[in-house]
Amino acid sequence: MPKITYREAVRRAMIEEMERDPNVFLMGEEVGHYQGAYKCSQGMLEKFGEMRVVDTPISEQGFAGVGIGAAMLGLRPIIEFMTWNFSLVAFDQIYNNAAKILYMSGGQIPIPIVFRGPGGAGGMLAAQHSQSLEALYVHCPGLKVVAPATAYDAYGLLKSSIRDNNPVIFIEGEVLYNTSWEVPDEEFLIPIGKADVKREGKDFTIITWNRGFWFTMEALDRILKEGYDPLILDLRSLRPMDEQAIIEATLKTGRVLIIEEGWPRASVGSYVSDFIQRNCFYDLHAPILRVSQEDVPMPYARNLERLSLPNPDKIMQAVKTLMSF
Amino acid sequence: MYRDMLLIRRFEEAAARLYAQGKFGGFCHLYIGQEAVGTGVIYALQEKDYIISTYRDHGHALVRGLDPRALMAELLGKRTGIVKGKGGSMHFFDVHKNFLGGHGIVGGHVALASGVGWAIKYKKLDAVVVAFFGEGAANIGAFHEGLNLAALWKLPVVFVCENNHYSMGTPIYRALSVPDVSIRAVAYNMERDKFDGDDVLYVYKRILPYIEKARRGEGPSLIEISTYRFRGHSMSDPAKYRTPEEVETWKRRDPISRAQKMLEYNGVDEKEFARIEAEVRNIVEDAIRFSEESPEPAPYELYTDVYVE
Ligand SMILES: Cc1ncc(C[n+]2csc(CCOP(=O)(O)OP(=O)(O)O)c2C)c(N)n1
Repeated sequence: MPKITYREAVRRAMIEEMERDPNVFLMGEEVGHYQGAYKCSQGMLEKFGEMRVVDTPISEQGFAGVGIGAAMLGLRPIIEFMTWNFSLVAFDQIYNNAAKILYMSGGQIPIPIVFRGPGGAGGMLAAQHSQSLEALYVHCPGLKVVAPATAYDAYGLLKSSIRDNNPVIFIEGEVLYNTSWEVPDEEFLIPIGKADVKREGKDFTIITWNRGFWFTMEALDRILKEGYDPLILDLRSLRPMDEQAIIEATLKTGRVLIIEEGWPRASVGSYVSDFIQRNCFYDLHAPILRVSQEDVPMPYARNLERLSLPNPDKIMQAVKTLMSF
Repeated sequence: MYRDMLLIRRFEEAAARLYAQGKFGGFCHLYIGQEAVGTGVIYALQEKDYIISTYRDHGHALVRGLDPRALMAELLGKRTGIVKGKGGSMHFFDVHKNFLGGHGIVGGHVALASGVGWAIKYKKLDAVVVAFFGEGAANIGAFHEGLNLAALWKLPVVFVCENNHYSMGTPIYRALSVPDVSIRAVAYNMERDKFDGDDVLYVYKRILPYIEKARRGEGPSLIEISTYRFRGHSMSDPAKYRTPEEVETWKRRDPISRAQKMLEYNGVDEKEFARIEAEVRNIVEDAIRFSEESPEPAPYELYTDVYVE
């Protein structure tokens, strides 16, 4: 199977969906003439023209609202946030409008929109440009949240997100755009809400998503060298979440380690942990452990940044504790 | 027009009574005093045009022709409500009437209006969208971003500021650095206008050219219409921040009495007024009866409409 990058997967999904459905358009800062801040939309302006690949001024609240308003009339906007950090400016539009209009209108007005862009920590980008915000969006009913780890998943899930009739928060990995993965040439979809077992194993279960998967891969050699055989479950969708897969993976090993890039408090990982203890309490051999970003804003210095994120040392330590029970 | 204004007045008087009796809760923002604005503007629209409104949406909804029964039932939180009891006073929606909702976050929907304008342009529809908001909304980011984008892309939006001189208890002079809202259009190279909103025909005539301009694809306008709410900001507000004299001065400009005088001058007789009054009262009483007899939403409805399946 041919390998393509995560970036190409995102672009290919957008192009195919825009060719398929004239109601789909892309809007955001620098998506057109500049070819995308992270080059996800390279070549798309030339292909689709200015009504469908739309450059906006720096007005996150404004263009998020424009997307939602357009969706009210049945268009299917893809709104790109240059990074998710700037989505905070548009939070009211996403939380109070995109997520709620269907409910407030008694089911009359669906909002088929995708908000997408890169999330997570970049290389030394410091506190305002390096954060994983998925927990904020998972928190809110009415939104779907997708955070794929590989090019394969990004392609299949973005296509499903664009076709979904609900607002979808699609969080890409800022440092994952250049990672490659096997993606077949034929079109395929991955349903939102389906997790993926990335590695079968019997000793313990690692539950992760997006960049957390890559942190896991960094530690995998050491884990295997120590003689452990982990099951790796990539959630891919965070809302809805594949509860069945979480239960199955937990029952297989009886031990769970959650690896996430975001902060530890009121996080996606803390929800997963709560879900497992409510549903699998008698099958657990050890407490559920988590490795997250430290509970601090992201520092600038290279060494501090590395210390702040999940890394193989922290993961190994957690594995040893988990297996000591 | 006179009939519609009277319908708003009687409907809201009834709503205020029901609210005071504890028949429903939540926020209830009355439109009483401002009827000529919504009526004049909405009469200048065609059926294919769109409207987006604020939490003060009863008047706009009634003039647009949303079913008074369903609106009253919504206030009472009934299954037969316009949005099945999920929205209440602040969130009337009716897609069949292109009524895209009452919205509760001050100014947030101004950006949505630009998005509706965008969709009209994208789909090449022969339509315009009117966004209603108060002067308080003109201080919010979404207002400025929405106006800039609409002007930048020449979207068919008419932004209608109903300046009732107060946002909750805050008078204009304590909230707007420049007391004139319409002048903000200058910053976005947008057409602007400003006029009084107590004469419904006058509102209709003044707004029409801007709607037609938007329809021709010549871009948006910001229109400020001066008006006054006779009641408090919401039912929980006794409005002590205004002097009785001030309120009396404005009440002398009551848009309904004014329209009535004009009609009398044009030969409409007492019998006709009595007939309209009776017709309107019937509609309101029927709506109350209907909503009181309607069942509450089924418990399972708590979980529906969160997502489209
Ligand atoms: C963002 C936001 N802040 C505060 C409020 C609370 N609030 C509701 S209405 C209102 C006053 C708004 O005044 P204005 O825009 O002039 O409209 P009016 O009520 O006079 O029609 C306030 C402060 C809100 N709903 N949304």
